[in-house]
Amino acid sequence: MTTLFTILFDGVAYGMLLFVLACGLAVTLGLMNFVNLAHGAFAMTGGYVCAVLVNQSGWPFFAALPLAFVSSAAIGVVLERSLYRHLYARSHLDQVLFSVGLVFMSVAAVDYIMGSSRIFIKLPAALEGQIDFFGVGIGRYRLVIIVICGLLTAALQLVLARTRFGSRLRAAVDNPRAASGLGINVPQVFAFTFAFGCGLAGLGGALSAEILGLDPYFPLKFMIYFLIVVTVGGSSSITGPFLASLLLGIGDVAGKYYVPKMGPFVIYTIMIVILIWRPNGLFGRTAAR
Amino acid sequence: MTAPADVGHYARAHARWHWSEIAFWALALACAVLFPSRFLIMTDIVRLALFALSLDLILGYAGIVSLGHAAFFGVGAYCAGLLALHGIVTEPVVALLIAGLVATAVGFLTSFLVIRGADLTRLMVTLGIALLLEALAERFSNITGGTDGLQGIEMAPIFGLFAFDMFGKVGFFYSLAVLFVLFLLARRIVHSPFGLSLRAIKNNPLRAAAVGVPVNRRLIAVYTLAAFYAGIAGALFTQTTALASLDVFAFERSADLMLVLVIGGSGYLYGGLIGAVAFKMLQEFFSTITPQYWQFWIGLVLVVIVLVGRARMHRWALFVPNLIIGKLGGGKAIVTVPESDAS
Repeated sequence: MTTLFTILFDGVAYGMLLFVLACGLAVTLGLMNFVNLAHGAFAMTGGYVCAVLVNQSGWPFFAALPLAFVSSAAIGVVLERSLYRHLYARSHLDQVLFSVGLVFMSVAAVDYIMGSSRIFIKLPAALEGQIDFFGVGIGRYRLVIIVICGLLTAALQLVLARTRFGSRLRAAVDNPRAASGLGINVPQVFAFTFAFGCGLAGLGGALSAEILGLDPYFPLKFMIYFLIVVTVGGSSSITGPFLASLLLGIGDVAGKYYVPKMGPFVIYTIMIVILIWRPNGLFGRTAAR
Repeated sequence: MTAPADVGHYARAHARWHWSEIAFWALALACAVLFPSRFLIMTDIVRLALFALSLDLILGYAGIVSLGHAAFFGVGAYCAGLLALHGIVTEPVVALLIAGLVATAVGFLTSFLVIRGADLTRLMVTLGIALLLEALAERFSNITGGTDGLQGIEMAPIFGLFAFDMFGKVGFFYSLAVLFVLFLLARRIVHSPFGLSLRAIKNNPLRAAAVGVPVNRRLIAVYTLAAFYAGIAGALFTQTTALASLDVFAFERSADLMLVLVIGGSGYLYGGLIGAVAFKMLQEFFSTITPQYWQFWIGLVLVVIVLVGRARMHRWALFVPNLIIGKLGGGKAIVTVPESDAS
């Protein structure tokens, strides 16, 4: 029984992480209909920025996290304004080729700068170890992840549903032409959203270094996971990808625990079945246009 | 009221062999004499060309974007490897056909998944299938050898006459012959009414269905055919290199393949062949300047090609050849950018 709870807990932490990593992609892929396979590269950037700050410059972990966010978001906004912007109207094939090219470049560049081995971020002592909660061992670090990601999710939901910016974004996505006719600066909204999504990915990358591992092949290894979250979750709201990431997280952790040899096999099968059964995602309306 | 005759005339005119095509194949054969010390890389190019030809069939002619074409390559590779390793079928040509047919079966079964849904779903499903097969190959490592791959494959002589030599001479001629035969077949197919209907589907599936083309059945057929080609390419890989490991399924292989086709241009069959030559030369060039980081430059090439625009790129690249062909042949250049490169 306790192992069940531990698996559930680890799965939720893992799923929350996946959500923070992938929710930027939910916007670009699901809402803006841009196939950005390079999303993981932004996450990797954040992770490496955090690692360098903590390990080499001696920054405290929690001070490095916002910087991971900012640096990824800055790179995101530069790339969006200079490159991505020109490709919104192109075919999916062009978008795939472009973003795969970016992935290859980022993998080789990080390999060149940081070396190809896995990197660990030194965690503060307070985050190590477990606390005992009614007999269930709970990792402190995972608890922190759940808290941070939970707060982020709630904030995102509030921003999207309640603020002026949220309604602008939804309008721009639903019908860009009508939105710009109403005086909404659609490119600006998209650029900001893209940058914010990249920033979140960077934050996720920094948080996940401990759990998912951080090496130059990160964007390739987890690309499929991000895509699963978005395509399975759909994009009509933030809840779809959120539930999808939780499912994926719990499923993956449970799969690795109970049928270790079949690990990834289970995930891919489930993904294909869901895509065949509901091409628009489990909770979505326009995820796969 | 000569519209049907006109269509037939048009199709026949396009199907006729142009002298530049004959020159292309003569040049390919002449490479054996021109570069006698480079058989291994030339074999590599021929294999890649066959693989790219396979992707061209579904991407260039039917408009199916696949991110997991390595799946069939891998199936063919492991098939040929297992057949040779356990001595089930030792004759390479027969083994090649069997491996191709197994890949065909896998292609046929998965085609039903692929034809459902639009672009994005297809991307995910094809990618998922390749990853699934890779996970399977890793899971059943007692059969596939896991990350070490199949070891100790020994190839019997072709037809019992031509033994594979260590310089790869026989392997090169063997691969080239297979490529040529399969190319002829592909050429025949794309110029047939079947091929024309595929183009119709690519340009507008709805309209194609409206004029009576059975869209789904055609897509299943061409996807299965492409799987056969990819399986043969994979089997050739195993037979000429005597190894098969998990990376035959790797995502990078599928992504590189797209780059090959993008460099060469899709939708006129020669794109894959020209692209394979260009890609391998680029790879050679980059890995001599930066051995470990050639992927960076490959990525850069991809990004630049997309940003410049594929159609424009090909117009530039073909400007000089077309000028020469136009001057010498006196007629219209045959090597043109396919009418609708954007899918």
